[in-house]
Amino acid sequence: MATVTYDEASRFYPGSDIPAVDRLSIDVADAEFLVLVGPSGSGKSTALRMLAGLEDVDEGRIRIGERDVTSLPPRDRDIAMVFQSYALYPHMTVAQNMGFALEQAKVPKDQRAKRIRDAAKILDIEPFLDRKPKALSGGQRQRVAMGRAIVREPQVFLMDEPLSNLDAKLRVSTRSQIAALQKRLAVTTVYVTHDQVEAMTMGDRVAVLRDGMLQQCATPLELYQRPANAFVAGFIGSPAMNIREFPVVDGKARIGEVDLPLSREEVQALARDGGDRVLLGFRPESVDLVSRGEGFAVEVRLVEELGADAYLHGKIVGAEHAEADVADIVTRVDPARTPGIGSIVYLRVRPGKEHAFSPKTGLRLG
Amino acid sequence: MAVATTPPITAERAAAARRRRGGKVSGGTVAIGIVAWVVGLLFFSPVLWMFLTGFKQESQASTDPPTFFFTPTLDQYRAIFDRDFAPYFINSATASIVSVVLVIILATPAAYALSIARVAKWRDGLFFFMSTRMMPAVASILPLYIIAKNIRMLDNIWFLSLVYTAMNLPIAVWMIRSFLIELPKEVLEAARVDGAKLFTEMRRVILPMIAPGLAATALICFIFAWNEFFFAVSLTATKAATVPVFLVGFITSEGLFWARLSAASTMAVLPVIIAGWIAQKWLVRGLSLGAVK
Repeated sequence: MATVTYDEASRFYPGSDIPAVDRLSIDVADAEFLVLVGPSGSGKSTALRMLAGLEDVDEGRIRIGERDVTSLPPRDRDIAMVFQSYALYPHMTVAQNMGFALEQAKVPKDQRAKRIRDAAKILDIEPFLDRKPKALSGGQRQRVAMGRAIVREPQVFLMDEPLSNLDAKLRVSTRSQIAALQKRLAVTTVYVTHDQVEAMTMGDRVAVLRDGMLQQCATPLELYQRPANAFVAGFIGSPAMNIREFPVVDGKARIGEVDLPLSREEVQALARDGGDRVLLGFRPESVDLVSRGEGFAVEVRLVEELGADAYLHGKIVGAEHAEADVADIVTRVDPARTPGIGSIVYLRVRPGKEHAFSPKTGLRLG
Repeated sequence: MAVATTPPITAERAAAARRRRGGKVSGGTVAIGIVAWVVGLLFFSPVLWMFLTGFKQESQASTDPPTFFFTPTLDQYRAIFDRDFAPYFINSATASIVSVVLVIILATPAAYALSIARVAKWRDGLFFFMSTRMMPAVASILPLYIIAKNIRMLDNIWFLSLVYTAMNLPIAVWMIRSFLIELPKEVLEAARVDGAKLFTEMRRVILPMIAPGLAATALICFIFAWNEFFFAVSLTATKAATVPVFLVGFITSEGLFWARLSAASTMAVLPVIIAGWIAQKWLVRGLSLGAVK
């Protein structure tokens, strides 16, 4: 078991001056499940591959436990990796696939067989041990790839979008299985995904990356409740948070024809920022339908019925929100009482549920 | 409530499905099929004619109009073996097999260095390999001849094997490289993470995955070496002469011995056809490796 430390680690791809990963610093605790999440091109896979030794570290160090692994080849790092494509050896049986690493590590044959059997039992792939990967379904292959990792009993598991080739239903069930398995084995895990739902449900902590830079590394709940900047706020949560720029008058943000009071810290921070506008975010689920006069007016454009929830897409009426996209917002409404398209509804952001960001830097205010 | 029910699969439905499938063959498909057959037969007919002529008497071999019906005879084959065909055959087999083995052993690491573990200037390396094939063989025969003469390797089958190795190496490097770049990168990375060193990665992961491609490459190199005539006739005389050189022996100033030449030619193509037949499955898979995954 071991900790993992990224210490100001950077990676420049050959021929590029812009780092794919820029001075990344993260401490992963022993037995922790850390998720790296971000849009494509954010450097999350590169960061994982740097830890695996498949990508060079151009600046900074990477440590596993007390060992500096920065310049070690992958085979000397005591890690196991699950690839997006599973990367099973097509010419070997499932048992041979799982045993290959043990064979390289010169584990005696009888021990090898026992460990393969044990891992296969955990993952429910015993009946397939003599089959080739070609004869397995996608879900089975995924489990073999997991088996190949856990049979090694490594210090760290690395997983690079291991679920993205599964269908939606299987993905949800496998998601919880992997999380449970990781808790049971208590092996430090670094997991890469572009899916924020996966990140939120699986990770002990989630590191959000953008353009090679770490935006925030925190527990899922903290990311949701206190996003460090507008990017994290917009990335975490589904449907995404409404983030729009509004004018500030007397310490209040003006939304349509209604004022939303900001907290004292927010106002102070805004004053330091020296602007008269604020980047204000509120989640679709932090908005209430109210009667006229109590909230800002929204013209309903579309209602999405999902059964348990309904989402209303609309446009803020009036004031200076001329451009269409600036005024578009999404909010959750009671599916039993959805307003008709074209009607005007009045909305109020629940007090204290707003998130204020600097329009200049995007950083959280207060 | 609208509930979709699955209608029972009746004999009529099954028959209708068969009709639909059967009716799929369009006029265009038939036309393409006919063209394919015509072209195939056109290519095959000279070979067939050669095969048949080998069983004729010399008097029947070059009649005008050609003789289609005759009593087959093994006289020509007997005559060939009387003229000591075996040493030529053994020489050809030696040169072909030795060169193919050497080519595969040398080309695989070279292709690896030009595809997976890309060395500096790999493009130039690749072009260099190709450029050696741009020169006509005639241009290199004089230096080769002088070298062979100076190291006393004229009329020596091992020298010829070496020449064939050099001749086939560029093609093999290109072919094997094309198979290697098709390999999924992640599988090789998985092997590295799993603890495989270079040699293990090569032997246990890469080679089994490109085996069909290697077989195809080996077969093509074998055919080239087996059929090679120019170097053989220039660098050998009596001891190391190969089958193509032997064949030419039937073209004499007194005239052509069609039947005997045909019999000898049949003997000459036999190993290639047999090798191709055995490797057929691999060959198709190898040549389309990557194209169909």
